[in-house]
Order: sequence, then structure tokens, then C-alpha cells
Amino acid sequence: MTKGSSRVVRAVAAIATLLVVCTAWWLLTDVFHAISSGRFPGPSDVIKAAIQIGKPPGYGGAVIWAHVGASLALVTAGFFVAAATGVPLGLAMGRSRRVEAFLNPVFLTIRPIPPLAWIPLAIVWFGLGPVAKIFVVWFAAFVPSLINTYAGVRNVDPVLIAAARVHGASEARVLSKVIFPASLPMIFSGLRLSLQASWTTLVAAELVGAFIGLGHVLTVASTDIYPGMIFYAMAWVALCGSLMTVALGAAERRATPWLR
Amino acid sequence: MAIWSLAARAPGVNPLILPGPLSVVETFVRLTHEPFAGYTLQQHLGSSIVRFLLGFVLAALIGIPLGLGMGWFRILDDIVSPLFEAFRFVAPIAWVPFAALWFGTGIGGPILIIFAGAFPPCVINAYRGARLVDRKLIEAAQTLGASDFQVIAKVLLPASIPSIVAGLRISAGLGWQSLIGAELIVVSAGIGYLMVQGQSNLNTAIVMSGMIAIGLVGAAIDIGLRFLERAVTRGKPA
Repeated sequence: MTKGSSRVVRAVAAIATLLVVCTAWWLLTDVFHAISSGRFPGPSDVIKAAIQIGKPPGYGGAVIWAHVGASLALVTAGFFVAAATGVPLGLAMGRSRRVEAFLNPVFLTIRPIPPLAWIPLAIVWFGLGPVAKIFVVWFAAFVPSLINTYAGVRNVDPVLIAAARVHGASEARVLSKVIFPASLPMIFSGLRLSLQASWTTLVAAELVGAFIGLGHVLTVASTDIYPGMIFYAMAWVALCGSLMTVALGAAERRATPWLR
Repeated sequence: MAIWSLAARAPGVNPLILPGPLSVVETFVRLTHEPFAGYTLQQHLGSSIVRFLLGFVLAALIGIPLGLGMGWFRILDDIVSPLFEAFRFVAPIAWVPFAALWFGTGIGGPILIIFAGAFPPCVINAYRGARLVDRKLIEAAQTLGASDFQVIAKVLLPASIPSIVAGLRISAGLGWQSLIGAELIVVSAGIGYLMVQGQSNLNTAIVMSGMIAIGLVGAAIDIGLRFLERAVTRGKPA
């Protein structure tokens, strides 16, 4: 193995690479027109698209902030409902054999079906509005948060639980003071998977049918054959995805200070 | 199951919106010999599986050597990592418009989307596997005069096989899911297309049959790769 490169060298290399790629992109498209702008947009096309969607009347029915806001609101709603249902259910499954015996077969049958496959069913049941999207996002995020919570509870050191019991802790106290904190790292890795799944699923659901949102911008730009707008909307999809991951990481560090 | 069939029988529930389990099974069986949306269920599944395999194999063929190379050549790591990080957050499904623009909606477009879903885990796991190889093995090979290429092919690749196979399992799951997404949006055949047609005809039984078929194939792929994973880890001395 080669020597581990220092952080500074890596950062310089990263910036240099991105600069080279961006310059190459600009030269190939805008300057020499080696790639036609109908196939792949140049920086100028993307900036044009950004300006067009940035000010009223926007594009695809609204300005960029409204689209981003709509997508983020839906993904947040679905994700929180999923965390609020999946985590407690996972705790219950990990603590009670009866709940586990009852719910496990249900999950084993549902799990192999990818969340995206629920989109048509959600549209039949709830139409194209926000309810259908929250349902699909909930579904996508629910399974990983539940399974990881369950696994986390199962992996708690039994000695810790026995020690709390010996000191007379009730089941509720054991749950809130021992089991829940001990399984938090696993819960958070489940939530991270949930969040990624929610975002992908939401964008897919919006691509299939929506009136507003980033997926809707992508669909409209695709039918208009507007590569600059497609590129700009994709960049927003990536940006929101990475921002949410960073936010969840910060929440995790705050919730588990003893792991720092 | 009991709750489902009771709910489906409850008064005021439209059987088109929530069919009972029996009628879904009936539809499933009927779809295997009666064509819907142009083809039977097996033909739809067949075309989906062919696309999946093409995209998945392409991702593995490019991703694994790239990951190993990044684990070995520092400069490749420094160049590729920032680009890779930038692209990783684009949800695979967001490639749909460009996929349709560049490769059409036939077979090329979906393959790009499956590739976008399956590629990152292949690269990441091959890279991690290569970084975790015992340094003594590499130094021994180098002392005996192995070239860069020989180190990668004879030391890094075999030593990181377990990690690579674990990555393949993740990529297969993501690839299969991305394929379904792609087919819901752009394609004119395949299991996702069958479901969209069922949806626009408000035929929930067909949508549910599609979901069952997707689940079965997804589970079969996962079981197959898990089997491979076990075979590979067993062959390796502890």
C-alpha cells in the first residue's frame, strides 16, 4: 500500500481535479462545441436555466425555491413519520417475543419489494397529491429504521440490562435509560439508510407524477428536451441529498455525545 | 393475510381499489398465460431481467477494477474520489431524463440508470477491500519482484473478494430497485411498465401481481448472491 496521503495534499488534489473537469466541461461545450448542447449542456446553458427558474414565473409551474421547498417538506414529513413509527416498533420487536413473532413474518414478505414498486399502488390509492408521496416515502424509510432498531436492541449487552434490573429498574426505565441509548448508534445507521431511501423514492415518485417538486422539474425539462434545466435540477437533487446527510450526521453527534 | 382479506370484503371497499388476496393470486396466474400490455408476465420479467443483468455486469466490470486501482494508486484515488463524492448524491433515478435523452427509452436508457444505482457499491467495496489487505502480503509480493499489475491481480483481487461480493449484493439490490424506477417512468415493456399500465387502468390486482413478481425476483437475486458470499468466505482461510 502506498503511503497515506496527508489531508492538505488530498484537498489540493480534489480542488485541482474539480477545476480541471470544470474547465474541460466548459471548453468542450461552450468554447469548441465538441459536444452539442442538445445532448449535454454547457455551463452557460445551466446558468441560463438557473436564471430562468430562479425568478417568477419560474419553470414547471413555480420558481426553484418553491420546488425545492415542496420536495424537502414531503421528504421530511415522510421521514419523520417513518422514524416515529419504525423506531418504537423496532424497540417493541426487540423486547417482546410476542410482538416479534407477530410482525416478523409480515416484514419478511414485504421486505424484498423495493419501495419504488409501491408508487403505482400509492397513486391508485391516494392520487397524485402529497398523501401518496408521504405514503411511499414512509414506506421506503420505515423498513430500514425498524430493522436496524430491532438489531440494535438485540445487540445490547445483557449484562447491562441485568445490572439495571438488579438495582430495581422497571421495564420502562430499562427501556429508556439502558436499551434505547445503547442501541442509538444502530438506530442512527438505520436512519441514515432510511433518509437515502426516502430521497430517492421521493424523486422517483415525483418523476412518475406530480404537480410541483424537483422530480416534476426533471419531467417537464425532459419532455421539453431542455438539458440545461435537467442538469440544474439534478444538481439540486444531489445538493439536497448531501445536505440532509450532513444534518443527520450532526444530529447523531449531538444525540450520542459519549461516542465522540 | 386475514386482516387483508377482511378489509377487502368490508362493505364500502371498492374491489378495484383493494382486491382480496385470492383475486390477486388469480390475476397473477392469469397474467402468466394471458398477455397484458402486449406481453405475458414472464415476457415482461424476462426483458426486465436482461436489462438488469446488462447494467449490473457493466457496473461490476468497470467498478471493481476502478475500486482496486484506487486502492493501489494514490494518484487515481486523489483524482477519482472527489468526482465520485460529487456524483454519489445524485439519486440514480434522477438520471432518467438524461438516460432518455442520450440512449432513448429502449434498452440503453434503463441500463444507464441501473448502472448509476449499482456502480457506487462496487467501487466502494473493492476500494475498501484493497485498502484492508494485509501489508505483509503486498510487501512479500513486491520483494519477489511483482509489478503493479501483478500486485493488483494476484494479491489485492483475491484478498478483497469477500468485500467485493458483499458490495455486489448491495449493488444488485440497488440496481434492481433502480430498474423498477426506470421502467415506471420511461420504458415500454418490462415489469414496471406492466404495473404502470395496471395503475392507469385502475386495476390494483395487476399492480399487486407486479409487486409480487418484483419481490420474488429481487429475493431470488439476493439469495443467489448470499450463497456466493458464503461459498467465497468459506473458501478463504481464516
